[in-house]
Amino acid sequence: MADALLQVAGLSKRFGGIVASDAIDLDVVPGELHAVIGPNGAGKTTLIAQLTGQLHADSGTIRFAESDITKMPMYERSLIGLARSFQITSLFLDLTVLENVLLAVQAHAGHSFRFWSDARSDAALREPAMAALARVGLADRALQRASALSHGEHRQIELAMALAGKPRMLLLDEPMAGMGPDESARMVAMLRELKGGLTILLVEHDMEAVFALADRITVLVYGRVIASGRPEEIRANAEVRRAYLGEGDWERAHAR
Amino acid sequence: MSRSFTFRNGVIAALLLVLILLPAYVMLTGDRFLLTLFTRIVILAMAAVSLNLILGYGGMMSFGHAAYLGIGGYTAAILCFEGIQSGFVQWPAAIAVSALFALVVGALSLRTRGVYFIMITLAFAQMAYYLASGMARYGGDDGLAMESRSQFAGLLNLSNKTTFYYVCLALLFASLFLVWRMTNSRFGLVLQGVRSNETRMRAIGFPTFRYKLAAFVIAGVMCGLSGALIANHTDFVSPAMMFWTRSGDLMVMVVLGGMGTLFGPVFGALALLFLEQFLPAMISAMVRPFNPAGAAKAGEYWQIVLGPLLLIIVLFARGGIDGLLGTLSRHLPGSSERGHG
Ligand SMILES: Nc1ncnc2c1ncn2[C@@H]1O[C@H](COP(=O)(O)OP(=O)(O)O)[C@@H](O)[C@H]1O
Ligand SMILES: [Mg+2]
Repeated sequence: MADALLQVAGLSKRFGGIVASDAIDLDVVPGELHAVIGPNGAGKTTLIAQLTGQLHADSGTIRFAESDITKMPMYERSLIGLARSFQITSLFLDLTVLENVLLAVQAHAGHSFRFWSDARSDAALREPAMAALARVGLADRALQRASALSHGEHRQIELAMALAGKPRMLLLDEPMAGMGPDESARMVAMLRELKGGLTILLVEHDMEAVFALADRITVLVYGRVIASGRPEEIRANAEVRRAYLGEGDWERAHAR
Repeated sequence: MSRSFTFRNGVIAALLLVLILLPAYVMLTGDRFLLTLFTRIVILAMAAVSLNLILGYGGMMSFGHAAYLGIGGYTAAILCFEGIQSGFVQWPAAIAVSALFALVVGALSLRTRGVYFIMITLAFAQMAYYLASGMARYGGDDGLAMESRSQFAGLLNLSNKTTFYYVCLALLFASLFLVWRMTNSRFGLVLQGVRSNETRMRAIGFPTFRYKLAAFVIAGVMCGLSGALIANHTDFVSPAMMFWTRSGDLMVMVVLGGMGTLFGPVFGALALLFLEQFLPAMISAMVRPFNPAGAAKAGEYWQIVLGPLLLIIVLFARGGIDGLLGTLSRHLPGSSERGHG
Protein backbone atom coordinates (compact mmCIF):
# COMPACT_ATOMS: atom_id res chain seq x y z
CA MET A 1 0.00 0.00 0.00
CA ALA A 2 1.60 3.23 -1.11
CA ASP A 3 -0.22 5.53 1.26
CA ALA A 4 0.49 3.52 4.39
CA LEU A 5 1.80 5.44 7.39
CA LEU A 6 3.71 2.45 8.67
CA GLN A 7 5.14 -0.13 6.32
CA VAL A 8 6.90 -3.22 7.60
CA ALA A 9 8.52 -5.52 5.07
CA GLY A 10 10.27 -8.82 5.66
CA LEU A 11 11.03 -8.04 9.30
CA SER A 12 12.91 -10.88 10.98
CA LYS A 13 14.36 -11.30 14.44
CA ARG A 14 15.87 -14.35 16.10
CA PHE A 15 16.73 -15.02 19.72
CA GLY A 16 19.12 -17.92 19.49
CA GLY A 17 16.97 -20.78 18.19
CA ILE A 18 13.70 -18.91 18.55
CA VAL A 19 12.35 -17.07 15.52
CA ALA A 20 10.46 -14.25 17.19
CA SER A 21 9.72 -12.40 13.93
CA ASP A 22 9.57 -14.38 10.74
CA ALA A 23 9.55 -12.17 7.63
CA ILE A 24 6.67 -10.02 8.88
CA ASP A 25 4.89 -7.78 6.34
CA LEU A 26 2.50 -5.24 7.76
CA ASP A 27 0.89 -2.01 6.52
CA VAL A 28 -1.00 0.44 8.65
CA VAL A 29 -2.86 3.21 6.85
CA PRO A 30 -3.46 6.65 8.41
CA GLY A 31 -6.38 6.80 10.79
CA GLU A 32 -6.93 3.09 11.14
CA LEU A 33 -6.83 1.02 14.27
CA HIS A 34 -4.85 -2.03 13.36
CA ALA A 35 -4.83 -4.85 15.89
CA VAL A 36 -2.15 -7.51 16.17
CA ILE A 37 -3.25 -10.66 17.90
CA GLY A 38 -1.68 -14.03 18.50
CA PRO A 39 -1.07 -16.55 21.27
CA ASN A 40 1.41 -15.89 24.04
CA GLY A 41 4.96 -15.97 22.73
CA ALA A 42 3.84 -15.25 19.16
CA GLY A 43 6.23 -12.32 18.94
CA LYS A 44 3.88 -9.38 19.38
CA THR A 45 5.99 -7.56 21.95
CA THR A 46 9.11 -8.25 19.92
CA LEU A 47 7.43 -6.68 16.89
CA ILE A 48 6.52 -3.55 18.86
CA ALA A 49 10.04 -3.36 20.28
CA GLN A 50 11.45 -3.34 16.75
CA LEU A 51 9.02 -0.65 15.69
CA THR A 52 10.08 1.58 18.59
CA GLY A 53 13.75 0.85 18.11
CA GLN A 54 14.22 -0.86 21.45
CA LEU A 55 15.29 -3.93 19.49
CA HIS A 56 16.93 -3.93 16.11
CA ALA A 57 15.74 -6.30 13.41
CA ASP A 58 18.12 -8.89 11.94
CA SER A 59 16.71 -8.14 8.51
CA GLY A 60 13.81 -6.38 6.83
CA THR A 61 12.76 -2.75 6.74
CA ILE A 62 10.47 -0.42 8.64
CA ARG A 63 9.18 2.71 6.94
CA PHE A 64 7.27 5.40 8.76
CA ALA A 65 5.75 8.38 6.97
CA GLU A 66 7.72 7.61 3.82
CA SER A 67 11.14 7.41 5.47
CA ASP A 68 13.20 4.37 6.32
CA ILE A 69 13.51 4.20 10.11
CA THR A 70 14.93 0.68 10.37
CA LYS A 71 18.16 1.90 11.93
CA MET A 72 16.89 5.03 13.63
CA PRO A 73 17.55 5.14 17.39
CA MET A 74 14.69 4.90 19.82
CA TYR A 75 14.52 8.54 20.94
CA GLU A 76 14.42 9.86 17.37
CA ARG A 77 11.53 7.61 16.45
CA SER A 78 9.61 8.96 19.35
CA LEU A 79 10.36 12.48 18.16
CA ILE A 80 9.01 11.88 14.66
CA GLY A 81 5.67 10.85 16.08
CA LEU A 82 5.81 7.16 16.93
CA ALA A 83 4.66 6.78 20.53
CA ARG A 84 4.48 3.60 22.51
CA SER A 85 2.95 2.41 25.70
CA PHE A 86 4.66 -0.44 27.46
CA GLN A 87 3.06 -3.82 28.13
CA ILE A 88 4.73 -3.87 31.50
CA THR A 89 3.96 -0.52 33.00
CA SER A 90 7.11 1.51 32.90
CA LEU A 91 6.50 4.80 34.60
CA PHE A 92 8.48 7.20 36.74
CA LEU A 93 7.00 5.79 39.90
CA ASP A 94 8.71 8.12 42.35
CA LEU A 95 7.61 11.21 40.44
CA THR A 96 4.13 12.70 40.45
CA VAL A 97 1.52 11.82 37.83
CA LEU A 98 1.86 15.30 36.40
CA GLU A 99 5.65 15.06 36.22
CA ASN A 100 5.34 11.79 34.30
CA VAL A 101 3.25 13.48 31.65
CA LEU A 102 5.27 16.72 31.78
CA LEU A 103 8.33 14.73 30.80
CA ALA A 104 6.47 13.24 27.88
CA VAL A 105 5.53 16.74 26.70
CA GLN A 106 9.01 18.07 27.35
CA ALA A 107 10.55 15.33 25.24
CA HIS A 108 8.91 16.94 22.22
CA ALA A 109 9.51 20.55 23.21
CA GLY A 110 13.06 21.01 22.00
CA HIS A 111 16.21 20.42 23.99
CA SER A 112 16.13 20.41 27.77
CA PHE A 113 19.29 22.37 28.46
CA ARG A 114 17.21 24.89 30.31
CA PHE A 115 18.55 25.27 33.77
CA TRP A 116 16.76 28.18 35.31
CA SER A 117 12.99 28.52 35.06
CA ASP A 118 10.59 26.25 36.89
CA ALA A 119 9.44 23.44 34.60
CA ARG A 120 6.45 22.47 36.72
CA SER A 121 4.81 25.88 36.36
CA ASP A 122 5.82 26.35 32.71
CA ALA A 123 2.53 26.75 30.82
CA ALA A 124 4.06 25.39 27.61
CA LEU A 125 4.54 22.06 29.40
CA ARG A 126 1.85 22.11 31.99
CA GLU A 127 -1.13 22.88 29.79
CA PRO A 128 -0.63 20.05 27.27
CA ALA A 129 0.18 17.70 30.14
CA MET A 130 -2.99 18.58 32.03
CA ALA A 131 -4.99 18.30 28.81
CA ALA A 132 -3.65 14.79 28.23
CA LEU A 133 -4.43 13.84 31.81
CA ALA A 134 -7.93 15.20 31.46
CA ARG A 135 -8.36 13.15 28.31
CA VAL A 136 -7.69 9.91 30.19
CA GLY A 137 -9.64 11.05 33.25
CA LEU A 138 -6.77 11.53 35.67
CA ALA A 139 -6.68 15.32 36.00
CA ASP A 140 -7.61 15.21 39.67
CA ARG A 141 -4.75 12.82 40.50
CA ALA A 142 -2.08 15.02 38.91
CA LEU A 143 -0.20 15.88 42.08
CA GLN A 144 -0.08 12.40 43.53
CA ARG A 145 2.97 10.24 43.33
CA ALA A 146 2.57 7.74 40.47
CA SER A 147 3.35 4.85 42.82
CA ALA A 148 0.21 5.66 44.82
CA LEU A 149 -2.10 4.90 41.87
CA SER A 150 -3.68 1.57 40.91
CA HIS A 151 -2.57 -0.65 38.08
CA GLY A 152 -5.45 0.43 35.88
CA GLU A 153 -4.62 4.07 36.50
CA HIS A 154 -1.00 3.37 35.59
CA ARG A 155 -2.22 2.25 32.17
CA GLN A 156 -4.13 5.48 31.90
CA ILE A 157 -0.98 7.45 32.73
CA GLU A 158 0.79 5.45 30.03
CA LEU A 159 -1.84 6.49 27.54
CA ALA A 160 -1.69 10.11 28.66
CA MET A 161 2.07 10.07 28.17
CA ALA A 162 1.71 8.62 24.71
CA LEU A 163 -0.87 11.28 23.83
CA ALA A 164 1.12 14.11 25.37
CA GLY A 165 3.72 14.02 22.62
CA LYS A 166 1.00 14.60 19.99
CA PRO A 167 2.07 11.46 18.14
CA ARG A 168 1.03 10.53 14.62
CA MET A 169 0.87 6.91 15.57
CA LEU A 170 0.31 5.08 18.80
CA LEU A 171 1.81 1.66 19.52
CA LEU A 172 -0.10 0.02 22.33
CA ASP A 173 1.12 -3.21 23.84
CA GLU A 174 -1.71 -4.88 25.77
CA PRO A 175 -3.14 -1.71 27.30
CA MET A 176 -5.85 -3.77 29.01
CA ALA A 177 -3.49 -6.30 30.59
CA GLY A 178 -4.29 -6.87 34.25
CA MET A 179 -7.30 -4.55 34.21
CA GLY A 180 -10.60 -5.30 35.85
CA PRO A 181 -13.78 -5.30 33.71
CA ASP A 182 -14.66 -1.70 34.61
CA GLU A 183 -11.21 -0.37 33.82
CA SER A 184 -11.14 -2.37 30.57
CA ALA A 185 -14.45 -0.93 29.50
CA ARG A 186 -13.19 2.56 30.22
CA MET A 187 -10.03 1.91 28.20
CA VAL A 188 -12.07 0.60 25.25
CA ALA A 189 -14.22 3.72 25.37
CA MET A 190 -11.12 5.86 25.46
CA LEU A 191 -9.52 4.08 22.51
CA ARG A 192 -12.73 4.39 20.54
CA GLU A 193 -12.59 8.12 21.09
CA LEU A 194 -8.95 8.33 19.97
CA LYS A 195 -9.55 6.18 16.94
CA GLY A 196 -9.78 8.03 13.65
CA GLY A 197 -7.87 11.04 14.90
CA LEU A 198 -4.83 8.86 15.49
CA THR A 199 -3.36 5.87 13.78
CA ILE A 200 -3.12 3.05 16.28
CA LEU A 201 -1.36 -0.29 16.33
CA LEU A 202 -2.94 -2.29 19.11
CA VAL A 203 -1.58 -5.50 20.54
CA GLU A 204 -4.22 -6.97 22.80
CA HIS A 205 -5.21 -10.26 24.34
CA ASP A 206 -8.77 -9.25 25.06
CA MET A 207 -10.55 -10.51 21.92
CA GLU A 208 -13.76 -8.78 22.73
CA ALA A 209 -11.95 -5.45 22.78
CA VAL A 210 -10.03 -6.23 19.60
CA PHE A 211 -13.09 -7.16 17.58
CA ALA A 212 -14.98 -4.17 18.94
CA LEU A 213 -12.27 -1.69 18.01
CA ALA A 214 -10.16 -2.89 15.11
CA ASP A 215 -10.51 -1.79 11.50
CA ARG A 216 -8.08 -4.49 10.50
CA ILE A 217 -6.45 -7.38 12.31
CA THR A 218 -3.16 -9.15 11.75
CA VAL A 219 -2.68 -12.58 13.30
CA LEU A 220 0.78 -13.63 14.38
CA VAL A 221 1.72 -17.21 15.24
CA TYR A 222 5.31 -18.26 15.98
CA GLY A 223 6.52 -14.93 14.62
CA ARG A 224 4.76 -15.41 11.29
CA VAL A 225 1.76 -13.54 9.89
CA ILE A 226 -0.86 -16.21 9.21
CA ALA A 227 -3.70 -13.86 8.33
CA SER A 228 -4.42 -10.18 7.91
CA GLY A 229 -7.69 -8.51 7.10
CA ARG A 230 -10.94 -7.04 8.28
CA PRO A 231 -12.45 -8.42 11.51
CA GLU A 232 -15.10 -10.49 9.75
CA GLU A 233 -12.46 -12.04 7.45
CA ILE A 234 -10.32 -12.96 10.44
CA ARG A 235 -13.34 -14.37 12.27
CA ALA A 236 -14.05 -16.64 9.31
CA ASN A 237 -10.43 -17.66 8.68
CA ALA A 238 -9.92 -21.41 9.18
CA GLU A 239 -6.19 -21.19 9.93
CA VAL A 240 -6.80 -18.60 12.61
CA ARG A 241 -9.45 -20.78 14.20
CA ARG A 242 -7.01 -23.67 14.27
CA ALA A 243 -4.27 -21.59 15.86
CA TYR A 244 -6.63 -20.45 18.56
CA LEU A 245 -8.41 -23.79 18.99
CA GLY A 246 -9.29 -24.32 22.61
CA GLU A 247 -8.34 -20.83 23.67
CA GLY A 248 -11.13 -19.55 25.87
CA ASP A 249 -10.82 -15.98 24.68
CA TRP A 250 -11.58 -16.89 21.12
CA GLU A 251 -14.60 -19.02 22.01
CA ARG A 252 -16.00 -16.29 24.22
CA ALA A 253 -15.51 -13.57 21.64
CA HIS A 254 -17.39 -15.59 19.02
CA ALA A 255 -20.07 -17.14 21.14
CA ARG A 256 -22.17 -14.01 20.82
CA MET B 1 8.94 22.50 48.40
CA SER B 2 6.10 23.53 50.59
CA ARG B 3 5.87 27.22 51.28
CA SER B 4 4.05 26.91 54.55
CA PHE B 5 5.90 26.90 57.83
CA THR B 6 6.79 23.39 58.85
CA PHE B 7 9.08 21.89 61.41
CA ARG B 8 11.50 20.99 58.62
CA ASN B 9 11.57 24.50 57.21
CA GLY B 10 12.03 25.86 60.72
CA VAL B 11 15.06 23.64 61.26
CA ILE B 12 16.51 24.64 57.89
CA ALA B 13 16.03 28.33 58.68
CA ALA B 14 17.69 27.82 62.06
CA LEU B 15 20.61 26.03 60.44
CA LEU B 16 21.16 28.83 57.94
CA LEU B 17 20.95 31.38 60.72
CA VAL B 18 23.52 29.49 62.79
CA LEU B 19 25.85 29.32 59.79
CA ILE B 20 25.50 33.04 59.15
CA LEU B 21 25.90 34.11 62.77
CA LEU B 22 28.63 31.66 63.73
CA PRO B 23 31.54 34.14 63.40
CA ALA B 24 29.74 36.51 65.78
CA TYR B 25 29.48 33.73 68.35
CA VAL B 26 33.13 32.87 67.82
CA MET B 27 34.06 36.51 68.35
CA LEU B 28 32.17 36.61 71.65
CA THR B 29 33.56 33.34 73.01
CA GLY B 30 36.96 33.43 71.37
CA ASP B 31 36.50 29.80 70.32
CA ARG B 32 38.63 29.84 67.15
CA PHE B 33 38.46 26.09 66.84
CA LEU B 34 34.74 26.23 66.18
CA LEU B 35 35.32 28.56 63.24
CA THR B 36 37.89 26.17 61.78
CA LEU B 37 35.52 23.25 62.19
CA PHE B 38 32.62 25.08 60.60
CA THR B 39 34.72 26.30 57.70
CA ARG B 40 35.53 22.67 57.00
CA ILE B 41 31.86 21.71 57.34
CA VAL B 42 30.78 24.43 54.92
CA ILE B 43 33.38 23.45 52.32
CA LEU B 44 32.59 19.75 52.49
CA ALA B 45 28.87 20.53 52.50
CA MET B 46 29.42 22.23 49.15
CA ALA B 47 31.17 19.11 47.86
CA ALA B 48 28.30 16.99 49.15
CA VAL B 49 25.76 19.30 47.51
CA SER B 50 27.56 18.76 44.21
CA LEU B 51 27.58 14.98 44.64
CA ASN B 52 23.91 15.09 45.54
CA LEU B 53 23.15 16.66 42.17
CA ILE B 54 24.29 13.54 40.33
CA LEU B 55 23.75 10.91 43.02
CA GLY B 56 20.57 12.12 44.67
CA TYR B 57 18.79 13.75 41.74
CA GLY B 58 20.38 11.91 38.84
CA GLY B 59 20.80 8.45 40.38
CA MET B 60 24.44 8.23 39.26
CA MET B 61 26.41 6.27 41.85
CA SER B 62 29.65 8.12 41.31
CA PHE B 63 32.18 6.61 43.68
CA GLY B 64 35.07 8.89 42.88
CA HIS B 65 33.82 12.29 43.75
CA ALA B 66 36.69 13.15 46.08
CA ALA B 67 38.92 13.20 43.00
CA TYR B 68 37.51 16.65 42.24
CA LEU B 69 38.42 17.88 45.70
CA GLY B 70 42.00 16.86 44.96
CA ILE B 71 42.00 18.18 41.41
CA GLY B 72 40.65 21.57 42.44
CA GLY B 73 42.99 21.68 45.43
CA TYR B 74 46.07 20.63 43.51
CA THR B 75 45.35 23.07 40.71
CA ALA B 76 45.30 25.96 43.18
CA ALA B 77 48.33 24.72 45.15
CA ILE B 78 50.43 23.97 42.06
CA LEU B 79 49.71 27.40 40.56
CA CYS B 80 50.68 28.94 43.88
CA PHE B 81 53.87 26.86 43.96
CA GLU B 82 54.69 28.02 40.45
CA GLY B 83 54.29 31.63 41.49
CA ILE B 84 50.77 32.38 40.33
CA GLN B 85 48.99 33.48 43.46
CA SER B 86 45.99 35.24 42.00
CA GLY B 87 42.70 33.60 42.90
CA PHE B 88 41.34 35.08 39.68
CA VAL B 89 43.59 32.60 37.91
CA GLN B 90 43.67 29.75 40.43
CA TRP B 91 39.95 29.33 40.91
CA PRO B 92 38.89 29.44 37.25
CA ALA B 93 41.76 27.04 36.55
CA ALA B 94 40.49 24.68 39.26
CA ILE B 95 37.07 24.85 37.65
CA ALA B 96 38.44 24.25 34.14
CA VAL B 97 40.60 21.27 35.10
CA SER B 98 37.75 19.71 37.08
CA ALA B 99 35.40 20.22 34.14
CA LEU B 100 37.85 18.54 31.80
CA PHE B 101 38.35 15.60 34.14
CA ALA B 102 34.58 15.23 34.60
CA LEU B 103 34.08 15.38 30.85
CA VAL B 104 36.54 12.53 30.26
CA VAL B 105 35.34 10.36 33.15
CA GLY B 106 31.72 11.02 32.30
CA ALA B 107 32.13 10.31 28.61
CA LEU B 108 33.74 6.96 29.41
CA SER B 109 31.53 5.91 32.30
CA LEU B 110 28.03 7.23 31.72
CA ARG B 111 27.06 4.68 29.11
CA THR B 112 27.54 1.96 31.69
CA ARG B 113 25.34 1.35 34.66
CA GLY B 114 25.29 -0.16 38.11
CA VAL B 115 28.46 -1.80 39.34
CA TYR B 116 30.39 -0.92 36.17
CA PHE B 117 29.68 2.74 36.59
CA ILE B 118 30.76 2.63 40.23
CA MET B 119 33.97 0.79 39.33
CA ILE B 120 34.92 3.14 36.49
CA THR B 121 34.39 6.30 38.52
CA LEU B 122 36.34 4.71 41.37
CA ALA B 123 39.15 3.67 39.03
CA PHE B 124 39.54 7.21 37.66
CA ALA B 125 39.64 8.64 41.17
CA GLN B 126 42.33 6.15 42.15
CA MET B 127 44.26 7.10 39.03
CA ALA B 128 44.16 10.74 40.08
CA TYR B 129 45.32 9.63 43.53
CA TYR B 130 48.32 7.74 42.17
CA LEU B 131 49.13 10.50 39.73
CA ALA B 132 49.33 12.98 42.60
CA SER B 133 51.47 10.55 44.60
CA GLY B 134 53.84 10.32 41.67
CA MET B 135 54.34 14.04 41.11
CA ALA B 136 57.79 14.38 42.73
CA ARG B 137 58.04 18.09 41.96
CA TYR B 138 54.85 18.68 43.94
CA GLY B 139 55.70 16.63 46.99
CA GLY B 140 54.53 13.20 45.87
CA ASP B 141 53.05 11.24 48.76
CA ASP B 142 53.89 13.96 51.24
CA GLY B 143 51.70 16.52 49.56
CA LEU B 144 52.33 20.16 48.80
CA ALA B 145 52.05 23.16 51.07
CA MET B 146 50.21 26.19 49.80
CA GLU B 147 52.57 28.98 50.76
CA SER B 148 49.97 31.72 50.62
CA ARG B 149 46.24 31.81 50.21
CA SER B 150 44.68 32.83 46.91
CA GLN B 151 45.05 36.56 46.30
CA PHE B 152 42.13 38.63 45.11
CA ALA B 153 43.88 41.88 44.22
CA GLY B 154 43.41 43.21 47.73
CA LEU B 155 39.63 42.88 47.51
CA LEU B 156 39.48 39.90 49.83
CA ASN B 157 41.96 38.75 52.40
CA LEU B 158 41.47 35.02 52.71
CA SER B 159 44.05 34.83 55.50
CA ASN B 160 41.46 36.46 57.69
CA LYS B 161 39.55 33.46 59.04
CA THR B 162 36.24 35.25 59.24
CA THR B 163 36.50 36.57 55.70
CA PHE B 164 37.46 33.14 54.46
CA TYR B 165 34.55 31.55 56.29
CA TYR B 166 32.11 33.96 54.67
CA VAL B 167 33.59 33.37 51.22
CA CYS B 168 33.07 29.63 51.70
CA LEU B 169 29.56 30.18 53.04
CA ALA B 170 28.67 32.44 50.12
CA LEU B 171 29.85 29.77 47.70
CA LEU B 172 27.83 27.11 49.55
CA PHE B 173 24.73 29.28 49.37
CA ALA B 174 25.38 29.96 45.68
CA SER B 175 25.69 26.21 45.06
CA LEU B 176 22.45 25.55 46.91
CA PHE B 177 20.68 28.26 44.95
CA LEU B 178 22.03 26.87 41.69
CA VAL B 179 21.01 23.31 42.53
CA TRP B 180 17.59 24.52 43.65
CA ARG B 181 16.95 26.32 40.36
CA MET B 182 18.46 23.55 38.32
CA THR B 183 16.55 20.68 39.92
CA ASN B 184 13.26 22.46 39.33
CA SER B 185 14.08 23.33 35.75
CA ARG B 186 13.52 21.25 32.63
CA PHE B 187 17.06 20.00 32.96
CA GLY B 188 16.40 18.91 36.53
CA LEU B 189 13.21 17.13 35.57
CA VAL B 190 15.16 15.18 32.95
CA LEU B 191 17.74 14.27 35.58
CA GLN B 192 15.07 12.97 37.93
CA GLY B 193 13.43 11.08 35.09
CA VAL B 194 16.75 9.38 34.39
CA ARG B 195 17.11 8.42 38.03
CA SER B 196 13.62 7.01 38.05
CA ASN B 197 13.59 5.10 34.76
CA GLU B 198 16.23 5.76 32.16
CA THR B 199 14.93 3.26 29.60
CA ARG B 200 11.63 5.03 29.61
CA MET B 201 13.32 8.39 29.23
CA ARG B 202 14.96 7.22 26.05
CA ALA B 203 11.73 5.66 24.84
CA ILE B 204 9.89 8.97 25.13
CA GLY B 205 12.58 10.79 23.21
CA PHE B 206 15.36 11.97 25.51
CA PRO B 207 18.97 11.46 24.47
CA THR B 208 19.81 10.85 28.12
CA PHE B 209 23.58 10.59 27.80
CA ARG B 210 24.19 14.25 27.07
CA TYR B 211 22.06 15.39 30.00
CA LYS B 212 23.80 13.02 32.37
CA LEU B 213 27.16 14.22 31.09
CA ALA B 214 26.17 17.86 31.60
CA ALA B 215 25.10 17.13 35.18
CA PHE B 216 28.30 15.19 35.77
CA VAL B 217 30.43 18.11 34.62
CA ILE B 218 28.45 20.67 36.64
CA ALA B 219 28.87 18.52 39.76
CA GLY B 220 32.58 18.10 39.04
CA VAL B 221 33.07 21.83 38.67
CA MET B 222 31.24 22.59 41.91
CA CYS B 223 33.29 20.02 43.77
CA GLY B 224 36.53 21.20 42.15
CA LEU B 225 35.87 24.69 43.47
CA SER B 226 35.35 23.34 46.97
CA GLY B 227 38.69 21.55 46.50
CA ALA B 228 40.36 24.91 45.89
CA LEU B 229 38.71 26.12 49.09
CA ILE B 230 40.07 23.16 51.07
CA ALA B 231 43.58 23.87 49.81
CA ASN B 232 43.20 27.43 51.10
CA HIS B 233 41.68 26.25 54.34
CA THR B 234 44.40 23.76 55.27
CA ASP B 235 47.18 25.57 53.35
CA PHE B 236 48.09 22.13 52.10
CA VAL B 237 47.10 19.46 49.59
CA SER B 238 47.98 15.78 49.52
CA PRO B 239 46.94 12.68 47.60
CA ALA B 240 44.99 11.54 50.67
CA MET B 241 42.30 14.11 49.72
CA MET B 242 41.42 11.87 46.82
CA PHE B 243 41.63 8.47 48.46
CA TRP B 244 38.52 6.38 47.95
CA THR B 245 37.52 6.60 51.59
CA ARG B 246 37.14 10.35 51.11
CA SER B 247 34.72 9.68 48.27
CA GLY B 248 32.94 7.35 50.65
CA ASP B 249 32.67 10.14 53.21
CA LEU B 250 30.97 12.38 50.65
CA MET B 251 28.52 9.60 49.80
CA VAL B 252 27.78 9.07 53.48
CA MET B 253 27.05 12.79 53.86
CA VAL B 254 24.58 12.67 50.99
CA VAL B 255 22.84 9.49 52.11
CA LEU B 256 22.85 10.47 55.77
CA GLY B 257 21.43 13.90 55.03
CA GLY B 258 18.84 12.73 52.52
CA MET B 259 19.47 11.94 48.86
CA GLY B 260 17.76 14.14 46.32
CA THR B 261 16.79 16.82 48.83
CA LEU B 262 18.16 20.33 48.63
CA PHE B 263 19.47 20.74 52.18
CA GLY B 264 20.09 17.08 52.95
CA PRO B 265 23.82 17.17 52.07
CA VAL B 266 24.33 20.16 54.36
CA PHE B 267 22.76 18.28 57.25
CA GLY B 268 24.80 15.23 56.30
CA ALA B 269 28.10 17.12 56.28
CA LEU B 270 27.28 18.75 59.58
CA ALA B 271 26.29 15.47 61.21
CA LEU B 272 29.22 13.44 59.93
CA LEU B 273 31.88 16.00 60.81
CA PHE B 274 30.37 16.59 64.24
CA LEU B 275 30.36 12.85 64.91
CA GLU B 276 33.95 12.54 63.72
CA GLN B 277 34.91 15.42 65.96
CA PHE B 278 33.05 14.65 69.11
CA LEU B 279 32.41 10.91 69.11
CA PRO B 280 35.86 10.01 70.53
CA ALA B 281 35.38 12.34 73.49
CA MET B 282 31.83 11.13 74.01
CA ILE B 283 32.94 7.51 74.08
CA SER B 284 35.76 8.29 76.49
CA ALA B 285 33.34 10.09 78.78
CA MET B 286 30.95 7.15 78.74
CA VAL B 287 33.67 4.61 79.46
CA ARG B 288 35.44 6.64 82.17
CA PRO B 289 33.12 5.76 85.11
CA PHE B 290 33.68 2.06 84.47
CA ASN B 291 37.30 2.01 83.44
CA PRO B 292 39.15 5.27 84.06
CA ALA B 293 42.44 3.90 82.75
CA GLY B 294 41.02 2.66 79.45
CA ALA B 295 38.82 5.64 78.71
CA ALA B 296 41.22 7.46 76.43
CA LYS B 297 42.00 4.26 74.58
CA ALA B 298 38.29 3.51 74.09
CA GLY B 299 37.84 6.86 72.39
CA GLU B 300 40.17 5.74 69.67
CA TYR B 301 37.67 3.12 68.61
CA TRP B 302 35.10 5.74 67.62
CA GLN B 303 34.94 4.46 64.04
CA ILE B 304 33.61 1.13 65.28
CA VAL B 305 30.73 3.03 66.82
CA LEU B 306 30.28 5.41 63.89
CA GLY B 307 29.72 2.69 61.27
CA PRO B 308 26.75 0.98 62.93
CA LEU B 309 25.38 4.36 64.00
CA LEU B 310 25.28 5.53 60.39
CA LEU B 311 23.76 2.22 59.35
CA ILE B 312 20.98 2.59 61.90
CA ILE B 313 20.21 6.14 60.80
CA VAL B 314 20.16 5.22 57.14
CA LEU B 315 18.03 2.11 57.67
CA PHE B 316 15.77 3.54 60.34
CA ALA B 317 15.25 6.92 58.74
CA ARG B 318 14.75 6.32 55.05
CA GLY B 319 15.40 9.63 53.40
CA GLY B 320 18.09 10.47 55.96
CA ILE B 321 17.96 13.45 58.25
CA ASP B 322 15.80 15.43 55.85
CA GLY B 323 13.36 12.52 55.72
CA LEU B 324 13.33 12.41 59.52
CA LEU B 325 12.54 16.13 59.68
CA GLY B 326 9.77 15.59 57.15
CA THR B 327 8.28 12.83 59.29
CA LEU B 328 8.46 15.03 62.36
CA SER B 329 6.81 17.86 60.41
CA ARG B 330 3.86 15.65 59.70
CA HIS B 331 3.47 14.51 63.29
CA LEU B 332 3.95 17.81 65.04
CA PRO B 333 0.82 19.88 65.59
CA GLY B 334 0.34 23.15 63.80
CA SER B 335 2.14 22.25 60.64
CA SER B 336 0.92 20.58 57.52
CA GLU B 337 3.09 19.18 54.81
CA ARG B 338 2.41 16.81 52.01
CA GLY B 339 5.04 14.49 50.62
CA HIS B 340 7.26 16.32 48.22
CA GLY B 341 8.84 14.95 45.09
N1 LIG C 1 15.08 -10.76 24.87
C1 LIG C 1 14.75 -12.00 24.52
N2 LIG C 1 15.66 -13.00 24.54
C2 LIG C 1 15.33 -14.26 24.18
N3 LIG C 1 14.12 -14.61 23.78
C3 LIG C 1 13.15 -13.68 23.74
C4 LIG C 1 13.41 -12.33 24.11
N4 LIG C 1 12.27 -11.62 23.98
C5 LIG C 1 11.33 -12.48 23.55
N5 LIG C 1 11.87 -13.72 23.39
C6 LIG C 1 11.15 -14.89 22.88
O1 LIG C 1 10.60 -14.55 21.65
C7 LIG C 1 9.29 -15.07 21.55
C8 LIG C 1 8.30 -13.96 21.31
O2 LIG C 1 8.14 -13.22 22.53
P1 LIG C 1 7.18 -11.97 22.66
O3 LIG C 1 7.47 -11.05 21.57
O4 LIG C 1 7.32 -11.46 24.06
O5 LIG C 1 5.75 -12.62 22.47
P2 LIG C 1 4.32 -12.05 22.78
O6 LIG C 1 4.43 -10.62 23.13
O7 LIG C 1 3.53 -12.29 21.53
O8 LIG C 1 3.76 -12.86 23.91
C9 LIG C 1 9.04 -15.88 22.79
O9 LIG C 1 9.35 -17.22 22.53
C10 LIG C 1 10.01 -15.30 23.78
O10 LIG C 1 10.38 -16.26 24.71
MG1 LIG D 1 3.86 -9.58 24.87
